[in-house]
Amino acid sequence: MQVTAMDIYRLLPQTNCEICGEASCMAFATKLSEKDTQLELCTELEDDQLEKLESLLAPAVRQITFGIGDKTATLGGDEVLYRYELTYYNQTPLVIDVSDNMDDTAFQDRVKSIEEAEFERTGEKLTLDAIALRNVSGSAEQFAEVAGKLKKSKLPLVLCSMDSEAMKAALEVVGDERPLIYAATENNLEDMANLAIQYECPITIFVNNDLEKMKELSRILRAKGIKDIVLDPSTFVGDGIGDTIDNFVMIRRLAVEENDEDFRFPIMGVPAITWLYENDDVQGGIKEATIAATLMNKYADILIVHGTNIWELIPMLTLRQSIYTDPRKPQAVDPGLYEFGEVDENSPVLLTTNFALTYYTVEGDLKSGKANCYLLVLDTEGRAVDVSIAGNQFNGKSVTDLIKDSKIEDKVKTRTLVVPGLAAPVSGEIEDESGWEVLVGPRDSSAVSDFLLKLKNKV
Amino acid sequence: MDKMTQLLKLLEKTDTIEINEFRMDFEELEIQLMPAVQKAVQQVVQKQAAAVISNRIIPPVPFELPVHDYPGEVAEVQLGAGTRKPVLLGGQKALYRFEEPQPNPPVVTFDVFDIPMPGLPRPIREHFSDVMDHPGDWAKKAVKDFGANMVTIHLIGTGPKVMDKTPKQAAADIEEVLQAVDVPLVIGGSGDPKKDPVVLEAAAAAAEGERCLLASANLDLDYRRVAKAAMDYNHAVLSWAITDINMQKTLNKYLMKEGLTREDIVMDPTTCALGYGIEFSIDVITRTRLAALKGDKDLQMPMSSGTTNAWGSREAWMKKDEWGPTDYRGPIWEIVTGLTMMLCGVDIFMMLHPSSVQLLSEIGSTFTKEYLDTDVPNISNWITELGV
Ligand code: B12
Ligand code: SF4
Repeated sequence: MQVTAMDIYRLLPQTNCEICGEASCMAFATKLSEKDTQLELCTELEDDQLEKLESLLAPAVRQITFGIGDKTATLGGDEVLYRYELTYYNQTPLVIDVSDNMDDTAFQDRVKSIEEAEFERTGEKLTLDAIALRNVSGSAEQFAEVAGKLKKSKLPLVLCSMDSEAMKAALEVVGDERPLIYAATENNLEDMANLAIQYECPITIFVNNDLEKMKELSRILRAKGIKDIVLDPSTFVGDGIGDTIDNFVMIRRLAVEENDEDFRFPIMGVPAITWLYENDDVQGGIKEATIAATLMNKYADILIVHGTNIWELIPMLTLRQSIYTDPRKPQAVDPGLYEFGEVDENSPVLLTTNFALTYYTVEGDLKSGKANCYLLVLDTEGRAVDVSIAGNQFNGKSVTDLIKDSKIEDKVKTRTLVVPGLAAPVSGEIEDESGWEVLVGPRDSSAVSDFLLKLKNKV
Repeated sequence: MDKMTQLLKLLEKTDTIEINEFRMDFEELEIQLMPAVQKAVQQVVQKQAAAVISNRIIPPVPFELPVHDYPGEVAEVQLGAGTRKPVLLGGQKALYRFEEPQPNPPVVTFDVFDIPMPGLPRPIREHFSDVMDHPGDWAKKAVKDFGANMVTIHLIGTGPKVMDKTPKQAAADIEEVLQAVDVPLVIGGSGDPKKDPVVLEAAAAAAEGERCLLASANLDLDYRRVAKAAMDYNHAVLSWAITDINMQKTLNKYLMKEGLTREDIVMDPTTCALGYGIEFSIDVITRTRLAALKGDKDLQMPMSSGTTNAWGSREAWMKKDEWGPTDYRGPIWEIVTGLTMMLCGVDIFMMLHPSSVQLLSEIGSTFTKEYLDTDVPNISNWITELGV
């Protein structure tokens, strides 16, 4: 259940001393309820008040970090069932598996490709988050040895073995790096739990489609004082996906609405299971991306994925970025004047909006096309071109104001503005109000460099 | 019994130890115990301590499914009548199937056009290039080869800037498709707000009694005329608003004022594609479905998704070697877009690519089954069974 500012305010000293940097306790309470500040900033709290506030502010789903230092991944921390109610926290880490029986070159290649996978979108570099080492060899020594090799990796680690002896051997080598243990089951619970306690590592519970059992195991781990638990209720990729979705939703409902302590933990999905039934690289990749998208939409807080083809990862990374944008904030860049390449007083002047997706798409196209130009970025409160034209933020007056405020007229001799193709309907009013000549550019900015080239050759 | 014998007795059967009492007495006892026994006791105590705490702090609670009560339900809309095999949409009484499975599975309708559409992305053209000259053949292929539940015939050619086909020609195209397949049709205009109502009217007359879905009524055109055509010739209407729940409510109200009922309307709250605002659609569609179940009578209609919007995204069509082949990117973009909408409650999907359709339907078909009614494999050994 989401906490209100009032709930928090009741537990604050109510002295308005401003030490926390806010004008009043109420202001601080409001920020806390929006997770915009840290409780520690109020130094005026008695111990018992602090404790009460800490438990009040604990998110519905526990936030867990695995790894250490600059190689960590954080999951969980959610408060609500639907993103529009607040926002979702902590993007689902995408973990890629490697097995402990690969030959060394193949192993190194795979690790490298995981570390280097990258896709840039709206100015953000989207990457993978962790490596899951699978104990395929059946040998504890080999598992431990390969785990040791991953100490050099840039990414935090998930250790996958149902055999507690193998887990122990691996933890002896990498236990100091706080890997995520996968997994405790009904059969190995005591031993795995002891390892989690001894090495202070977060631990995953796996059950085969049985939430009642899940609850029981979670309860036992909690009784032992283990706090960092991840729940894997099984990912089925055939008809069973229906049960998987149900399980994920129920776990999250129980956490958020019922405050059921046994389920207030992040959920793990394993789209990699797709490859138990698919050998074809393409069919498998499409299917795995589909399963990953399904689970991410329905509360998966961490995913283990097997495929590494970029065309398979791009949709997952994009969906993740979309779901986790904060609905309370516009996705915008600073409006104003931007320069690309070498500019002088004869450089062309282009216009776009400050919607992050629009701006970065255009920026990417200008950079890859090695364009030399000015780009005016209109404040449309983070709206795309046609959206802001439909909503009347993008019009003759606002563009004229931007031309004046940016002082572009001091920088260039030309008085020609290239507008997006979609802005054709407002080109007339821009000309009338600003006195500039308007050239309607291509509809898609991928064609903008060619357009500029033609323009230059014409001159 | 003195405390010592009491303790030794307890030690004999540590499994059934009366733990709470024992802990209370322990400090007292400890002082008097001989070192050897003391050690033994300590071990036992340590072993049991965790269990003790658990029994005390966390009494076991039975597991119950978190099922909600919903005062409202989604109307069931029938598409297809007369010579069509009917398809039912909606009818949900709950949000998830563990609460109550939905009565009808999500439905896919394949996009077909009245002109050859040279602009369609290659991964789609390659499946349909042999039939694109004839909407009837195109529709037939979609149904026969790719298992379409329905077909959407887009009368793009009627657009004044496209081919400016007359309403009469549009009616002829509809007749051709009706002859070719026996699945229900969605009939779409060209998007021209002036001409669409006229075209849809002629098409509705040509398909009289077949209960097609007229796409669409929206606030930018003469929605009254569309509503009237639907009522005159027994069709349903697609009520389209742009990612705006209030606009959707207003339009639905207007349409019902014209005489349509909930059972005659399907909503299109707009599908923003993956990476191009899908989060806006997620929010609006989720809120719309929740409102319906909570009892908002103006939003209790099934929902539709123009999933093919996905093909407008760069990631779906743009050639770029670092992103891999568009042959795979395009279908994934379409399926992830549709799937995301399906998980928010959408009932009918307008789609283009056969393999996207298949994967979406596979997952959608589980929505009508009971929780835990499917045979699932034991995947406990996935770690070792998965290939390299
Ligand atoms: C997501 C979306 C929304 C989101 C807003 C997202 C945002 N932050 O902008 C929401 C839900 C809020 C929304 C609201 C509305 N929307 Co809207 N929305 C869309 C949608 C689906 C995608 C827009 C998008 O993200 N495009 C991607 C970006 C990157 O595109 P872009 O900014 O145009 O940039 C490209 C080009 O313009 C060009 N380019 C950009 N800059 C430059 C510069 C130069 C020099 C050149 C050469 C090229 C160039 O290259 C870029 C990359 O391709 C479109 C439909 C579509 N287009 O697919 C409808 C759409 C734009 N919306 C529409 C409408 C009507 C509205 C509303 C008025 C409806 C309402 N509910 O009231 C409101 C307006 C809100 C407001 N402004 O106050 C209509 C506009 C119709 C029209 N043209 O008149 C559209 C086209 C839908 C439709 N088919 O009817 N919308
Ligand atoms: S530091 Fe604490 S007591 Fe002082 S104003 Fe902030 S919240 Fe109130």
